Amino acid sequence: MVTTAAQKPILLSGNEAVALGALAAGVRFYAGYPITPSTEIAEVLAVELPKIGGKFIQMEDEIASMGAVIGASLAGSKSLTATSGPGFSLMQEHIGYAAMAEVPCVIVDVMRGGPSTGLPTKTSQADIMQAKYGSHGDYPSFALMPNSVLECYTLTIKAFNFSEKYRVPVILLSDEVIGHMRERVVLPDPATLEIINRKAPTEPREWYRHYPDKTTGIAPMASFGEGYRYHVTGLTHEEHGFDATSQEVAKLLEKFKNKEIRNTKELTMCESFCMEDAEICIFAAGSVARSARQAVRILREKGVKAGLLRPQLVWPFPKMPVEEVYDQVRFILVPEMNVGQLRKEVERLRTNMRVKVKGLNVLNSVMITAEQVVERVLQIDFRSGSESEGGTSNG
Amino acid sequence: MADATNQTAEPVDRHSWLRGNKKFPHMWCPGCGLGTLLNTVIRVFVAKGYDKNETVVISGIGCTGRIPVYVDCNTLHTAHGRALTFATGVKLAKPNLKVIVFMGDGDAVAIGGNHFIHAARRNIDITAVVVNNSTYGMTGGQHSPTTPLGMKAPTAVTGNIDPPFDICNLAVAAGATFVARSTIFHYQQTFRLLSEALEHKGFSVLEVVSHCHTSFGRINKLGSHLDMLKQQRDHAVVFTPELDVEKARAEGKDLVIGLLKKDATRPEYCDQYEKLVIQPSQAKQNRGGV
Ligand SMILES: Cc1ncc(C[n+]2csc(CCOP(=O)(O)OP(=O)(O)O)c2C)c(N)n1
Ligand code: SF4
Repeated sequence: MVTTAAQKPILLSGNEAVALGALAAGVRFYAGYPITPSTEIAEVLAVELPKIGGKFIQMEDEIASMGAVIGASLAGSKSLTATSGPGFSLMQEHIGYAAMAEVPCVIVDVMRGGPSTGLPTKTSQADIMQAKYGSHGDYPSFALMPNSVLECYTLTIKAFNFSEKYRVPVILLSDEVIGHMRERVVLPDPATLEIINRKAPTEPREWYRHYPDKTTGIAPMASFGEGYRYHVTGLTHEEHGFDATSQEVAKLLEKFKNKEIRNTKELTMCESFCMEDAEICIFAAGSVARSARQAVRILREKGVKAGLLRPQLVWPFPKMPVEEVYDQVRFILVPEMNVGQLRKEVERLRTNMRVKVKGLNVLNSVMITAEQVVERVLQIDFRSGSESEGGTSNG
Repeated sequence: MADATNQTAEPVDRHSWLRGNKKFPHMWCPGCGLGTLLNTVIRVFVAKGYDKNETVVISGIGCTGRIPVYVDCNTLHTAHGRALTFATGVKLAKPNLKVIVFMGDGDAVAIGGNHFIHAARRNIDITAVVVNNSTYGMTGGQHSPTTPLGMKAPTAVTGNIDPPFDICNLAVAAGATFVARSTIFHYQQTFRLLSEALEHKGFSVLEVVSHCHTSFGRINKLGSHLDMLKQQRDHAVVFTPELDVEKARAEGKDLVIGLLKKDATRPEYCDQYEKLVIQPSQAKQNRGGV
């Protein structure tokens, strides 16, 4: 175990915190290909993993990295890779494979400006939809968005826990600002951390079915070399891993859906800030949520009742909290560093047609500031105030 | 694990390595070389006395890619071209496992070409069996990176103009430390070379020249699977250091089979990782008094 002075304040970057979080979660295998702005994660793990007998390998590309990660996970190691946009695109076929074959693994995408090579050293939030729909076919998508160095640590652990518990690939959507930002953090005492490991099968080896249809929807998982000889495939399969009939296909896809549906309580991770009496909701995630939080403070000082809703888990999308907000506020503002990926999701859940959903979309890769958010809120508030019957108070 | 032996085993043992439930009859066309190869592979496993629990059979996608599903051990059917990447993860995570990878020629040296040369470069202890049927069998016989010049395919109706790869030369150049070629016809050679490849510590490549009579054979009028087996027999010449390859080719013997390279001196990747990465890292940590 890394003995980074736990509980003593230390100065860390977001990327370093991801690496330390992975170690705390029990990572034993890393495969990757260098890419800005994610490389520090690989560099920390290249040093730390061998110390604990773990394995680090720099592969020939990101396709290979993701393949090796899945292979190592099947052999029983908690496995990680980290990349940015172009590499994340290359990993997509294998992310779908991991979802199909139910192989736990964690993929960190430190987002940078895109599309294509884009802006390698500048930030962006434009991979949110790719984290959900990047691979072909319908599959369960899990993605976490940290907004601080400390959360890079805690949400990486969460990512491993979800991946092990639900047997899914989990994506940590960091970005250039969060990854390279240095903050003073006090890491939690390792003894207090909840670490989840995949459930091992208990039935006799000859009865073992890799994909049983238990009520939890999640099968226990044996590793290669443990005596449970089973077949793993990216083909649609029945519970032995063999090719499925059309009835079995439906059963499998249903099971994937249930991973999200049956666990909505645990899979709703959404922080509220000043939302109790809010009339305006700012919905923001990741680095942008930092500016949004500051904007809420400024607006409150001006007497504007604004609040922040911040999903830590963007996929599955926090349906309930967003639906509830529609009964409470006059409008929702979604500031984000893309053309409106989160806003469209928020709009999709609109239950109250009087509540407008507005965007603040900054595409020049310069972080959205609190002032920009404040200005946008006041602008919308002024307009909607004059449109409505003036019954609203905006200080 | 039992001693190396050339004896083929009793059928009763052989069946113990096959997955009876749900998996037979197999999906290959009658007469396809893959059935023969599966038979050979199982016989080698039995003869070697490998432990099923410690053996991992991995493949990509294609007709060749279907081999693992029939074998009763740890089996992993990956994505097209990527089998060696998954295999690298399995092997590095658990070096005690015996890892054998089956790929078609398209799988290994078209879409998976990059992984093929890099696995060879690392000299990781994996045995890669490349079934070269000169075509993309599963998708219907389109030309592949091993289709000879001038041969026809649905995607090369006037004759292929893309010069083919020599898979073994590629493996040698990329650093594989065991390289051999056989054919489906040369069953005994395949048995022997595969046994030796599996015992070799390092990246071993066995190219098995096969026939796809239903696509490649039909469009090029090469006859039945039996005719194509005879062609394998007639074109083959066993490699010896004295062999004059050009002369043999002029005599119609353009298929050089046998052991082409064996180098036991180059260190293996997982060993190197243990020796040159893990041990110094841990020693340094201990010196640091952490
Ligand atoms: C990424 C991707 N591209 C294309 C395919 C379609 N495909 C399936 S098998 C195959 C070729 C198989 O040829 P080969 O690897 O030579 O194996 P064979 O079937 O001849 O044994 C292709 C192109 C695929 N499955 N995945
Ligand atoms: S299509 Fe060709 S390679 Fe595939 S099973 Fe049939 S004969 Fe064999």
